[in-house]
Amino acid sequence: MTLIDLANPTKFLSLTGRILPWLAGVTAILLTIGLYQAAMAPDDYQQGATVKIMFIHVPNAWLSMFVWGVMSLAALGTLVWRHPLADVAAKAAAPIGAAFTFLALVTGSLWGRPMWGTYWQWDARLTSVLILFLMYLGLIALWRAVDDPSRAARAAAILTLVGALNLPIIKFSVDWWNTLHQPASVLRMGGSTLDRAFLIPLLVMAVGFSLLFVTLHLAAMRNEILRRRVRSLQIMQASQQAA
Amino acid sequence: MALGPYASFIVTSYALVAAVVAILIAWIAIDFRRQKARLRELEASGITRRSGRSAADIR
Repeated sequence: MTLIDLANPTKFLSLTGRILPWLAGVTAILLTIGLYQAAMAPDDYQQGATVKIMFIHVPNAWLSMFVWGVMSLAALGTLVWRHPLADVAAKAAAPIGAAFTFLALVTGSLWGRPMWGTYWQWDARLTSVLILFLMYLGLIALWRAVDDPSRAARAAAILTLVGALNLPIIKFSVDWWNTLHQPASVLRMGGSTLDRAFLIPLLVMAVGFSLLFVTLHLAAMRNEILRRRVRSLQIMQASQQAA
Repeated sequence: MALGPYASFIVTSYALVAAVVAILIAWIAIDFRRQKARLRELEASGITRRSGRSAADIR
């Protein structure tokens, strides 16, 4: 089976039906290992045990941006190549990305209260991630507001590509502005500043959450393909009844 | 594993992540069943795809 074959929804459904159980299994194993390592990780000399929040906050924060990146690629697929699965991929990813962004904001807030003394600060990093969350909600609303999926896909693709401008702002906000949020400590020039005792569980959790996203996204794409089949059969039914 | 004076913040964070992930999984699983049921209903009423293949025959 080639990559082109995956453009066929029937073949996509068949392939994903076979790989999803395996993907879900590997995801569960990795997250279990990551959670165990997170539980066993030592306390930080400054933060104490609250450093454990990092193991769930950081993967969710990374995924909040990664999912928008995936939707941006799908938006290009919709606008440039009119790929049959591109808008399905974009629509299916939005609620999952919104959930990850919500978790990044809330776990960050719960980490901020004991460490910074406040749940929220209108600094550049926090505000730009809040804007990302609001853009996810706007995108979901747009998909729901337009009945015709292909018209909704084009409008959503444009909004997604405009919203992608926020991604470098989020990433570099801690360098460009004076923020309460700490600068990058893993994905930075010169390597990670994290000790291996924290870095390894963090990376295991990040891979586990990334696989969780892939699993949920493929499953949600299957649902969206079925929803479109329901829609086309309903249209056929209505036209038969009208004839 | 002692979580120190901020245990409630740590436990709430992990519980919230677990709850949201569980909701996502349940939502997707329920949606799959709902779409398959709709397809079966439509096919049972005599509406079929142009290809003639069953739309509800999915693993």
